[in-house]
Amino acid sequence: MTTPEYALEVSNLCKSFGGLAVTQNVTLKIRPGERRLIIGPNGAGKTTLFNQITGDLMPSSGKVQLFGKDITRLRPDQRAHFGLSRTYQIITLFAQDTLEHNVALGLMGLRSARWHTIRPMSFYKDIAHESRRILGLVGLENRASLPVSDIAYGEKRRVELTMALAQKPRLLLLDEPLAGLSSSERTTVKSLIASIPRETAVVMIEHDMDTALDLAETVTLLNYGKVIVDGERDAVIADEKTREVYLGS
Amino acid sequence: MQFWIIQSLNSLSLGGLLFLLASGFSLIFGLMRLANLTHGAFFMLGAYFGAVALRTFDGLNFWVVAIGSGLLVAALGGLFERLVLRRLNTNPLGQVLVTLGMSFIIADACLIIWGGDPIPVPTPAYFQSPTRVFGFTFPTYRLVVVACALAVAIGLYLLLERTRIGAMIRAGVDDRQMARAVGIPVSRLFTAVFCLGAGIAGAGGVLGGPVLSAYPGLDADMLPLALIVVILGGVGSLLGAFVGSFIIGFIYTFGSALIPDLAYIILFLPMIAVIAFRPRGLFGRLNT
Amino acid sequence: MKKQALVILVALLIALPLFAGDFYINLSTQVLIAVVFACSLNLLVGYGGMTSLGHASYMGLASYIVAILTTRYGMGHGATAIISIVGTTASAALFGLIALRATGLSFLMITLAISQVLWGLAYRMTSVTNGDNGITGITRPMPFGVSLESASSFYWFTLIVTAASFAAMATFVLSTFGSSLRGVRDQPRRMAALGYNPWMIRWITFIYSGFWAGVAGLLYVYYHKYIHPTSLSTTNSAEGLLGVIAGGSGTLGGPVVGAALVSLLKNYASGYIERWNMLLGIVFLLIVLLMPTGIVPGIRKLVGRIRGGQK
Repeated sequence: MTTPEYALEVSNLCKSFGGLAVTQNVTLKIRPGERRLIIGPNGAGKTTLFNQITGDLMPSSGKVQLFGKDITRLRPDQRAHFGLSRTYQIITLFAQDTLEHNVALGLMGLRSARWHTIRPMSFYKDIAHESRRILGLVGLENRASLPVSDIAYGEKRRVELTMALAQKPRLLLLDEPLAGLSSSERTTVKSLIASIPRETAVVMIEHDMDTALDLAETVTLLNYGKVIVDGERDAVIADEKTREVYLGS
Repeated sequence: MQFWIIQSLNSLSLGGLLFLLASGFSLIFGLMRLANLTHGAFFMLGAYFGAVALRTFDGLNFWVVAIGSGLLVAALGGLFERLVLRRLNTNPLGQVLVTLGMSFIIADACLIIWGGDPIPVPTPAYFQSPTRVFGFTFPTYRLVVVACALAVAIGLYLLLERTRIGAMIRAGVDDRQMARAVGIPVSRLFTAVFCLGAGIAGAGGVLGGPVLSAYPGLDADMLPLALIVVILGGVGSLLGAFVGSFIIGFIYTFGSALIPDLAYIILFLPMIAVIAFRPRGLFGRLNT
Repeated sequence: MKKQALVILVALLIALPLFAGDFYINLSTQVLIAVVFACSLNLLVGYGGMTSLGHASYMGLASYIVAILTTRYGMGHGATAIISIVGTTASAALFGLIALRATGLSFLMITLAISQVLWGLAYRMTSVTNGDNGITGITRPMPFGVSLESASSFYWFTLIVTAASFAAMATFVLSTFGSSLRGVRDQPRRMAALGYNPWMIRWITFIYSGFWAGVAGLLYVYYHKYIHPTSLSTTNSAEGLLGVIAGGSGTLGGPVVGAALVSLLKNYASGYIERWNMLLGIVFLLIVLLMPTGIVPGIRKLVGRIRGGQK
């Protein structure tokens, strides 16, 4: 079997709500292991695009392919089993549960044991072990038994990121991972993202361009649901159209 | 032939009454995201007010009584909304449970106050004689009910589409937070819409009096039909409530006449069909 | 709950018929049946986050199937019990398919509408259900030849079934599936993104919950030896819901406490007040307004505060 050329291939994706076109003929090609940054002003349709890639939203037309497999009609949970993972703009962790339980839920998602109706999760010692190990990677293993509601915002972001990485995804979508973080927290999360293994392709939406640009190899600029510029980072930054979009015309 | 005509008229009048019930329910759900399970009880309460008023005081004008009952029920509804429902803004499940509890309270109160026997409501005098067209006889009052439902439908349509309040209501239905952000007084609107819905239901109860009379259990008979209408027609849609009411009116009336044992299953089928193929209802636009 | 308190409670429950009269034994049996029903509903409401107002349908359906098959067709208890449970569970599967096309309030409305349709059917299909007259003359089974006619023997039978059902439901809730269910309740989109199938998890829970409601229905019809359409009514569903919410949804002990209280209140009040529905409505309002999280979490908080104060 030949390895597919692209980790993610979005082809002519279109989405309208009534008369409003929020995604207009978007085509994206992400290679395995690539680091892509998606930028664009508010309302450009970045999160809407993510939602169509993850399956939370059905496109009006177009195709989404993950490692060569057409996933356009698949449910979000099915896509997770094909190696897709994401984080959200708004933290959606399980606030009343412990950090360890949150990560364990993440690990359990791809295992058939999640359907078992007799044994509790604590029976699966390897999952508890792995959760602690993963939390340790981000320096949070000593807070593993605390409920998520008790930890700081920056720590929640770190937990979210590690949960997404715990499943060893082949494609990771990060929706504004640096939003709302203090500068020290931002540095921590940034180095976390930088250390993501190459087996995982990373597509990131971010507003904080100063920090995010360092992480990106390629950049896509979106506006009004359309791809305006797309290519190597430095080329996109230098492009006339980019300046137009951001400085206004 | 006479049978079909009578049943069709009965269907239309039931449809009209259902519309009076379902339109308010749909509006309240659409704007306030509240499944007001007290709505059937409001209808019944209006019926009782009207029945008792007409029996106790001779020579009262039927329409005055209908509107008066509607206003009384609207006032009670408003009190309920402000004193109880508003406190539970953060607890939507609690709101539903409280409307359920309120429906039990109202139903039993009616039983205590007015007893277990149905109270018939006399048909207003000038509609008592049947209409004769093309050699067929129609009970006139049933036509009147349909006409009233139509009038209310047109009135609601004009309110929603042509007035500022209507625009605010529509904005609130589409996006509550946005409406608040642009300065629409959402809480006052809630109370107004709740009162409006309750009032129409209450007046509808009186209007339905000559057809159904006022009896314990009227709320439990009407509310599920209204629910099915709203599920069928789509929440928050006036057109959906209108179309749905008449569809259910026909299905229920003919079903009860032709296969009384299975009338309820016949109702079930369009509801299932709609939920299976168009979960938002025929005309619904909301995502709940 | 502390282990010792639990052991004492169980011992008291077992020993009850030895020191109480028939009236209290029968009352306790009714409480236990209400507990099974409330626990089954709690799987949906508390752990699944799906509030249903039509749960009495499953209890009533199971009761009616047994009633019709035994009185009208003279079938034996073993077969009818199995057919009843299978039929009820299959109905839950079917109605779940319909109701789960929606969530939240629309789900609630659909469950209410379905349950009202069934209630209307029970009233109207007099040729099958005897309508408003109900079905009388139902007999109790004789498991392993043991008669359940006396109050105490039926009570012990109910106690065994209740204990077994509680244990089964507790295991379910504490299992990995239970964790998935709670996750879907709290953050369905995230769970989907993590690889869980929220619809399937909800549907399975809906079916399992209907199954245990059916078991409660069997106990109910055997106890009363009579069935009437009101057992399918919204009032019955509402009583169950009140039990779950008053006790504290989403806890194992909550529905037990809540159902016991509602059941006792109902029995006590009906001796003094004719209008139980009004009282039920008022209690609903009071609980929702004053104690929205329920009794068991309320007590836990209180105990926690007392303990915290002592430190």
